[in-house]
This record gives sequence, structure tokens and C-alpha cells, in this order.
Amino acid sequence: MRKYFARKIFVYALTFFVAVTINWMIPRFMPGDPVQSRLARASLNNPEASQAMRDYYTSVFGFDLPIWQQYLNFWGALFKGDLGISVWLFPTPVTDVILRAVPFSLGLLLPAILLSWVVGNRFGAYAARSKWLDNTVLPVGYVLTATPYMWLALLLAWGLGIVAGWFPVAGAYSFALRPDFSWMFVSSLVQHWFLPFLSMFLVALGGWAIGMRNMIIYELESEYSNYLQALGAPRRLIRKYAFRNAMLPQITGLAVQLGTVVAGSLLTEIVFSYPGLGFLILQAIQNQDFFLLQGAFLFIVAGVLIANFIIDIVYVLVDPRTRIQLQGGVK
Amino acid sequence: MSLKVSDLRVYYRTLRGDVHALDGPTFTLADGEIMGLAGESGSGKSTLSKSLIRLDGRMRYVGGSVELDGTEVPIWDDAAMNRFRFKEISIIPQYSMSAMNPTRKIGVMIAELLESRGVRFKTVREELHRRLELVGLDTEVLKRYPIELSGGMKQRVVMVLSTILDPSLLIADEVTSALDVSTQRAVAEMLVEFRDRRFVKSMVVVTHDISLVYQIADSIMVMYAGRLAEKAPARTIIEAPRHPYTRMLISALPEVGVTYAEQRLTGIPGSPPGLLDPPKGCRFRARCPLASDECATEPPFVEVTPDHHVACWKAE
Repeated sequence: MRKYFARKIFVYALTFFVAVTINWMIPRFMPGDPVQSRLARASLNNPEASQAMRDYYTSVFGFDLPIWQQYLNFWGALFKGDLGISVWLFPTPVTDVILRAVPFSLGLLLPAILLSWVVGNRFGAYAARSKWLDNTVLPVGYVLTATPYMWLALLLAWGLGIVAGWFPVAGAYSFALRPDFSWMFVSSLVQHWFLPFLSMFLVALGGWAIGMRNMIIYELESEYSNYLQALGAPRRLIRKYAFRNAMLPQITGLAVQLGTVVAGSLLTEIVFSYPGLGFLILQAIQNQDFFLLQGAFLFIVAGVLIANFIIDIVYVLVDPRTRIQLQGGVK
Repeated sequence: MSLKVSDLRVYYRTLRGDVHALDGPTFTLADGEIMGLAGESGSGKSTLSKSLIRLDGRMRYVGGSVELDGTEVPIWDDAAMNRFRFKEISIIPQYSMSAMNPTRKIGVMIAELLESRGVRFKTVREELHRRLELVGLDTEVLKRYPIELSGGMKQRVVMVLSTILDPSLLIADEVTSALDVSTQRAVAEMLVEFRDRRFVKSMVVVTHDISLVYQIADSIMVMYAGRLAEKAPARTIIEAPRHPYTRMLISALPEVGVTYAEQRLTGIPGSPPGLLDPPKGCRFRARCPLASDECATEPPFVEVTPDHHVACWKAE
């Protein structure tokens, strides 16, 4: 068991190193020059002032150093928890910018993913047991998963937001308010949260329901179910076993989804102008903000790895087969 | 008479029509009898054995009756059958290796199954342990998951589990086909032991391995294309078969001490008829060397000598 986790941790560390290195490389090999864009924003006419400013920015961001030195400095800073300074929101540190966006992404994605998973699995399991439900849930599920997400989100924003006027369609809270713990602010927060949440919930729901339905049917036709039926076991027991076993692949699926939580959902956040991590990544790319982009990606990498690691552990707990193989048991 | 089957008809529903997989077999099984049920693939032996415990979704009961210890068995009524399953009629399935829920400890699964059938696990625990030891298993297996056991061990657990409530009839469906030769023999002997110790009253051993079933069975029943061909004491079937199909089947078996270098083993030429629209008369007619005009009428399954039933006009 310990050997297994030692090996896992080594693999995760290696993945982390490679992913972070690539993160560091991507913005630097992107076309464009961040210093130039800052200068353009300042729109100086004097070439001398312009040169002085260029030198200043180049040294602040460390672009005057050789590329390998930049790389080493980057790792050094990383271990101190310093992700650099945002170019776009100069001079705010990247860490602050990201930490401001993270709660919005988490608050949106965690409930959407978890709720759609729970509800979808329930629905799927029910659908597998009744013909009537199967004939309604399944087509709806297929339509939901097949719908291009953007289209559904726009439809919701247009229908419930603009036409019906029930929900606001932009921002995380009313622009007229300042964040505090008043009733007004919280209700505004919830109102703004609802539509993006609903859109993500709906799209994910269909996939989970279909997956669960298929898994349950597969399990109910498996040989252990057959044997139990031949021995006259009541449906309740057989369903219980089938449900438990059908959950295993769904847990893996959830793990993969949870890994992307920190990434935010780019499309949702753009459609609803929701200030999460996804929105941040878009801004970082548009503004040539190396450090912000790097930082955001770092968050995603760490998130995916941590989520996967947790699921590795959970899986060992729920599926005896993995546990036994770890202990060097029979295949 | 332990089991009495009369004119049982079970068809498979397909898009092209009914497949007459089981077309009216009538036979009896005495108390304590182990009957080998032999025949090639598609002969209806599996359909017959499954019909006795649970019709699957594609099977359709058409007619006939089954009686066990004097009680009518409602094989057409899935819900009413539950009363018989496990307690009166039980099965050791062909897929014993994967018959247990992979994510439950074996002991937990057995307890849950028994409790769900209204049997207190506590009352049978002692007996369960005794029987596991009888088949050479440590009671520790109850604390393990199925994946931790070898194929043979799983098979033995399933054998013990299926018979723990002392059913009257046990169906052993191809129990030896997935095992290696040395374990085949042991499993076969265990079945006899189960009968001798009265764990089960009588037994139907479905197989296509006549030479193995000969060693344990009291009688052998041969099926062909959904009908009975011949039923007789095991010795008689091997030494003095009457039905041409049985004769050809037996002569296709290799003999001990004979080298088949010069002369090849011969099979039975031709193939069984399709059962979607089975031919009239004797179904073996097309492949039978003795066939004549009278075979256009279906031969009855009659007792030619005591305990020896044959369905052939030429058997007299």
C-alpha cells in the first residue's frame, strides 16, 4: 500500500513539474509583446520617455535576463508563493487577482457539478427501472447533452434574463453594490449566480443520467444479477447491488469533472460575464499577461492533480478489487 | 417421483417468429436420481434446465406442466416461482466464476441473500461452515471478495451456496466445462457426495461431456433439436443405446487405450435442423442412416424396456 502511494506521488510530482514548465513556456512563445502593449496603452510621443519606460517594465518583469535565468527565477519565486505581478492589472500581484476570482468559479462549478451528478445518477437509475421514465428521460437527456452549451446558455440568458426579466444576465452581483454581508448583497449574489449555475447543471445532467441508466442496465444483465434472480432474491437486493457497482465508473467521471473545477468554465463565465477563473484566463490572453496566464494555469494543474489524487484514494476505498491488487493479491 | 415434466413447451421469441427450442419433453426423475442431460448445442438442454427455475426475458412458456414432489410448479409465473427458487429448486450456473457480486464480501453477500429470502443467517451459519469445509474450503473465504479466490474455489462456494437450503431439485448447468480436467473429476464427485448426504434430493446435470457425466449419473437423457431422443440408465446409454443419434454420439467418443493415428474419429455428418420452423416427423431424419418413410411421422417417446425410453421407430 505504501509503495503504491509512493509511486503515485512520484508520478504526480513529475506531472506537476512538466505541466508547470509547459505553462511557463506557452505565454512566452505566444506571438506578441506585453511590454509593447503597455507602452501602447500609455501612448507616449516622446521616444526617450518611451525608451525609459520600456527599460523599466522590462526589468520589473525580468525580461532582460537570459531565458534560462527567467525559468530558474520562476521556480524560485514559485516556492515562495510568488507568481509575479499582473501585466493587465499592474501592479496587483497575480496571486491576489486569482484568489479574488477563485471563489466565484468554485461557487458556480462545485454545486453545478455535484448536484447534476447526484440528480443525474438518481434519474438514470430510476429510468433504468421503468419503461415510461426511460422513454421520457432518455430523449431529454440526449437533447441536453447534444445541445451546444453556448447555445443553451444564450437561450437561458435571453429567455429567463432578457425576455422574462427574472434574472440578471451579467456580473456576479449588482454593479451598484459593494461586497458586504448584507441581505441585499447576498440576494443579489444568488440572483446573478442562478442562471450560469442552471445552464451548467442542465448540460451536465443529461450525460450523467444516460451514463447511469446504461450502467444499471448492464449490471442488471450481468451474471451475478442473473444468479441472484435464479435464487429468487427480491428486486430490492438486486437493484441495490447493481446501483453500487454502477456507481464506480460514475465516480471516476466525477473525478475528472472535479479536476476542472478550478479551471472555471470559460464559456459560462464569458456568456454571463461572471468574474471567475475562466473569465480571467480570457483577459490574460487578450492582454498578453504572461504572469496571470501562468498563474491561472498553475492553479488548474494543481487542481486537476489534487482531485485525481483524492479520487485515487476514494476508489481504493470503494472498490475492493483495486484494494486487493494493491496488496499484491490475485489479479 | 421427485420431478415430473409433461409435454413442456418453451419457445424463444424472435423477430422472425418462435424458435421451438423445447418441444414437449415428458419425463420423470426419481428421488435421489442424478440425471445427466446431454446433447449438442441447440438441442434444448439448457432451455429445459433454465425453464425449471427461471425463464429469461426472451423465453415464452407455451404449454405443459412441471410437478415437483406432488406440487405443481408455476414456471410461467415469475413471481410465484420465487417461492420455489433456492428452497425447492436451485441451480449451479454455468458462470459460477462470475456469479458473485464482485464488490461484496462473500459472507456478507450470502447473509444478505439468505435474509432477503426470509432465512435467518444465524440459523444456517454453522451448516455453511461445515459444508465449506466439506468441499475443502477454509471458512475464511467468507471474509474475502470473490476476486481473491481462484476459479475452482469460487465454483465450490457457489455449489455450497446453491444447496445450503437443501433443495429438492438441483440443476447443475455445465458445471465442469470451465474447469481443467483434474478439477472436473473432483467437482463431479462432490455432486454425488451432495446427493449422498441428502443436501439435494435429485439432480439434473447438464453437460455435453457424456464421458464425464457417465461416471456420476444414474441415468442419462439425450436431447436432440428440442425433443427427447433417449433416456436410460447411464450404463445402458453407453453400452446399449437404441436411438441412432445416441449411437452415433457414443461412437464419436474416443476410447481409452486406442490410438487414433491411422483412423480419424468421426463425427456425425450434417447439422441439426433449424428450430424456427422445425421439420415434421422425426427431427433426426435428415442425418439418420436408418431413416425411412415411417419417420415422416413423429415417433413417440416410449419405454422399450424397463426404464429405457426411446423416441425412434427403429428402436424396437
